[in-house]
Order: sequence, then C-alpha cells, then structure tokens
Amino acid sequence: MTIFQKIKHYGWIFIQYFSLIFFSFVALLPVVSCLITAFKTKEEYETTNVMTLPQSWLNFRNFIQVWEDADMGRAFFNSAIVLVFVVAGSVMVGSMIAYVLNRFTFPGNGLIRSLFLFATLLPGIAMQVATYQLMYQIGFINHLYGYIILSMGTDVISIYIFIQFFENIPVSLDESAFMDGASYFTIFFKILFPLLKPAMVTVMILKGVGTYNEYYNASLYLTGEQKTVSMALYTFVGPLGSQFNLICAGAIMSLIPALVVFLIFQKQIYSGMTAGAVKG
Amino acid sequence: MASSQMAAKPKKPFNFYKWIRSREGQQAFIIVAFSIIPLALLLIFTYYPFAEMFKFSFFKMKYVGKREFVGLKNYIDVFTRDDLFSSLKLSIYYIGGAMVQLALALYLATVLCFGVKGGNFFKGCMFFPYLINGIAIGFIFKFFYTRGFVFDTVLQWFGLELENLPYWLKDRSINNISLVGTSVWKYFGQNMVLFLGAMMSVDSELYEAAMLDGANKWQQFKYIMLPSIKTIVTLNLITSITGSLSAFEPPYVVMSGGANGTATYFVKMHEVAHTSQKVGLASAMAIVLLMIIFVATILQKVIMNYVFRSSEDEDVNAAKRREKKLAKARAKEAGK
Repeated sequence: MTIFQKIKHYGWIFIQYFSLIFFSFVALLPVVSCLITAFKTKEEYETTNVMTLPQSWLNFRNFIQVWEDADMGRAFFNSAIVLVFVVAGSVMVGSMIAYVLNRFTFPGNGLIRSLFLFATLLPGIAMQVATYQLMYQIGFINHLYGYIILSMGTDVISIYIFIQFFENIPVSLDESAFMDGASYFTIFFKILFPLLKPAMVTVMILKGVGTYNEYYNASLYLTGEQKTVSMALYTFVGPLGSQFNLICAGAIMSLIPALVVFLIFQKQIYSGMTAGAVKG
Repeated sequence: MASSQMAAKPKKPFNFYKWIRSREGQQAFIIVAFSIIPLALLLIFTYYPFAEMFKFSFFKMKYVGKREFVGLKNYIDVFTRDDLFSSLKLSIYYIGGAMVQLALALYLATVLCFGVKGGNFFKGCMFFPYLINGIAIGFIFKFFYTRGFVFDTVLQWFGLELENLPYWLKDRSINNISLVGTSVWKYFGQNMVLFLGAMMSVDSELYEAAMLDGANKWQQFKYIMLPSIKTIVTLNLITSITGSLSAFEPPYVVMSGGANGTATYFVKMHEVAHTSQKVGLASAMAIVLLMIIFVATILQKVIMNYVFRSSEDEDVNAAKRREKKLAKARAKEAGK
C-alpha cells in the first residue's frame, strides 16, 4: 500500500468509528441523563448540574414515590392484561386470515388484501373522531375489553409477516395431511400453527412494544382504574411540574420492560422489523 | 404494491384436486370461518369510522345533540381559518427532519454494513430509542432541552457559552426544530436497521467479486447496495412523509399540547375534536389530511419510479445492445 492509500484506508476506519460512537452517544445521552437525575434527591437535583453523577446509585426513593403516587403497580398490571390479550388476539386473528389468504384462491382474496393494505394509509388518530362515536354507542368506553378489541383491530403488518411465513411452508404438507383425512382446522391448528413459531415471536414483539407504548387511544377510551403505563406517565404533566427527578424516575421505570425485551430478543426484533417493512 | 406482487404469484395447486366435491365445501367453510373475525374488525373499526367521518364532515355537530347540514362549510373553514391551515405548514419542519433522518440512517447503515468491531453494540444503542414510550420520550426531552440542563451542559463542554444559546423550547424561531429533533432521534436507528437488513440480504459473493474487480467502497455502495435497497428506501420515504404530516406526540407531550406555536395539524385537530367538540370541523380536517397523504403517496411513487427508471432503462438498453451484438455475431457465423 502506498502512503496515500494507507491514509485513505485508516481515514475511512476513523470516520466509521467516529460516526458510530458519536451517534450512539447522541442516542444514549437523553436517556442516560434522565437515569442520572432519577437517582438524585430533591436537594441534590436543585443544587447540582444535571450531568453531575448522583451521590448514591442506590437512592431508589424517587422510584418508590412515583410508584405510589402514580399508582404504577396498577398501571403495569393493566398494561400487562392489555398486552396479553392484544398480542394473543393479534397472533390468532393475523395467522388465521394469513392462512386463508395464502392457501386458498377464492373470489375476493385480492379484494381483502387491498382492503387491509388501504387501511394502512388511513392515519388512525385522524379517524378517532368517528371511532369515538362508535365506541361510545356500543359501550366500549371505559372498559379494558373495549380498548383491547379496538387495538386488535387492523394489524396489517402482522398479517403480512404471517403471509410471508406461510409462503415458505410447502403446500405439500397440507396436502398430505388432507389425504390422511385431516380437516382444514386440524391442518391449521395441529400442523401449521406450531410451525409459525418464529413469525409469532416477531409479531408478538412488534405488536407488544406498540401496544405497551400506545397512549392516544388509551387516553380516549380508558380512565382512572383502567389506566395503562403510558397514561400513568402522562399524569405527571400537571402536578409534578418541573420535578424532573421524579418524572425521570417514572420515565426510566416505564422503559425497563422494553429494555428487557430488547436485550433478550434483539435478533428477532431486527429481522421482524425488516420482514414487516419489506412486505408491508 | 404488495398486493399486485401477491396477485401475480402462480396459483396454488388446489385447482388440481378440485374434483373432490366435499373439499370445496370444506374450503369455503374454513375461508368464511377464518376471515370473518378479522374482516369484521377491519370493517367495524376502520372502514365504518372512515365512512362516518366522511359524513360528519358535512355537518355542524357535537358528539351529542342536534346535527345541522352545512355542506362544504367545514372544508372552507379548514382552508380559511388561519390557525388551522398554518399548522399544516409546520409539517414542512417534520418533512425536513424526515429527510435528515433517512440520510443519516442510510449513512450509518452503510458504515455498519462494511463491518466494524462492536457493530451490534452500536446498532443496539442507536435502535433502542425506537422502543421507548412516546410519553416517556416527551418527558425525557422536556428535561433535555430545559434551560441550563442536559443539552446546554453538553454544548458548554464543547466551549459554547450559555448566554449565546437560545431557549430551545421557548424561542419560536427554533422550538419546532428542537421538536423535530426528538422524532429524528426516535426513528433514525429504526430506519437504519431496516436499511441494514436490506443491505445484508445481498449475497456477500457480490461484494467479494466487486472487490476482486477493484471496485472501491463508493462504487460498492452505488452499484450493489443502493439498488438492493431502493424498495425499502421508497417505502421509508412514504411512511416518513405520512408520519410527518401526522406528527402528534412531540408537541403534545413536550410542549403540553402545542404551546408557543408548535401545534401541528394533528394537535389542532385533537383540540378541535375533543376540547371544543366541533366534530364536523375535525372530520373535515381529517379528510383533508387524508387527501394530502394520498396525493403525497402517489406523487412519491411517481417520482421514485421516474428516478429509478433511468437506471433500469440503462440496463434494458444494455441488454438490447448485447442482443444486437449477439445477433450480428450469429449472422456472421451463419454467413461463414
């Protein structure tokens, strides 16, 4: 290598690492600063700079206070219930419709696909004016089940992930089972459903994170007792004002479940995102 | 676009045992049984509200009480009421942000794709913001931008004076940019992962072959990576523009409902619908937004087709030239 080439080579490597380190720093800074503040006492928060490390990393008082004040225990419990039902429902509904759309040709197949596809273009929040009326009329407001059923509604991405997965399962499998006298129900539930596991994990994670972080619908259709984590967090807007040591504790608490899921399922999340986007 | 792909797929071999009568019956049964719930959910919670909303947009009405047909008045209001239509202009900031975000994501994905030590760690750091609760992000950035807090402190590390720094959230000339920053922060890592996924799906032998042929990094990027990810780039463009037009969470949470001239169209719509309960007007706003999104989507598709067609045309021409050459060569051989 000539000197010029060497400079070019190492220069590129330097740029590579510099940009990665810089943008990782940018990505982490807001969260880390929040974490630092969450461990500070009130006096410390008022007297020290925000980037000064807290005196003790074991000062969990802010977390405890937020947990009690905002009734976070209840919020986590509600979010967990919503999450379980929405995720289970989406997996069932999504895999069933994907099975039908992928395995059978029937009049209306294309129409159904287009209906689902077109629905992605309609921004959900914009239609809440009308959805709210509907939910009000059928008495789905202020009940967890109403919110759960609404959230299960139209999850196009999970349908696409399942369709894509079905494409890779040979049809001969269905056929031979059918020849052996299995009904379509048996084929779906006993043979295909267990094979869908990887796609299910992807859908569960994507839908799960989305549902856990959803605020807008929750705030419209749930109140008081039924509040989710997002809603509990939002209650900090008024009373806590600028007591950021407490607000940060709440924010950090709310992102812990997402962080745990992320650390465990990193690979599935990445591949799931790509699959969902490419197909959607 | 995906639907046409699917439709083009060859038919499943079900035709071939169609002669079994009972089978058809069973099929019809399972088709109905499995699609009735998803379709019902789709129709009830998406298409019915959509139709209703369209109807509402011609009425002057609240959630309860009398309705009065007013024709196109709501639509005229959307375009003539200053506060409503001007809020749509804020979308330009968000669209600008989306462009920055896509460029950044593309750059970082390229850097990661060439292979670095600890790539997974960096990827994880940059992706994680995507998974954080929108409300939490709102608070985190409210804290981040507060005078003398995180952002100011970090800038001071780099030698800037606090007096020279603007109030990131109060100053009307910059607060919208600060808010757009939060959404870029949330999504750039996610876009990067999408791009990287598409780039990695390219056969690695292609890169090796290119290297053997002496292609440099820029050429590898231009001729191998970029063509392989154009679908996903187009798709991301569409979703980020749609997202920009319907930006909601940053001003709603960080600015407690869009104070200081940061109320985007969506925030306004929310206010009109739920605070002042002008359901008809809010519906008209939603329909206008939908129209804009449709137009934007179609325009983008046309533009992207145009941009990428030029490169494909080249290929077609090259193929034609090759065919001609071959034909000539064959003619020569035959002549001999």
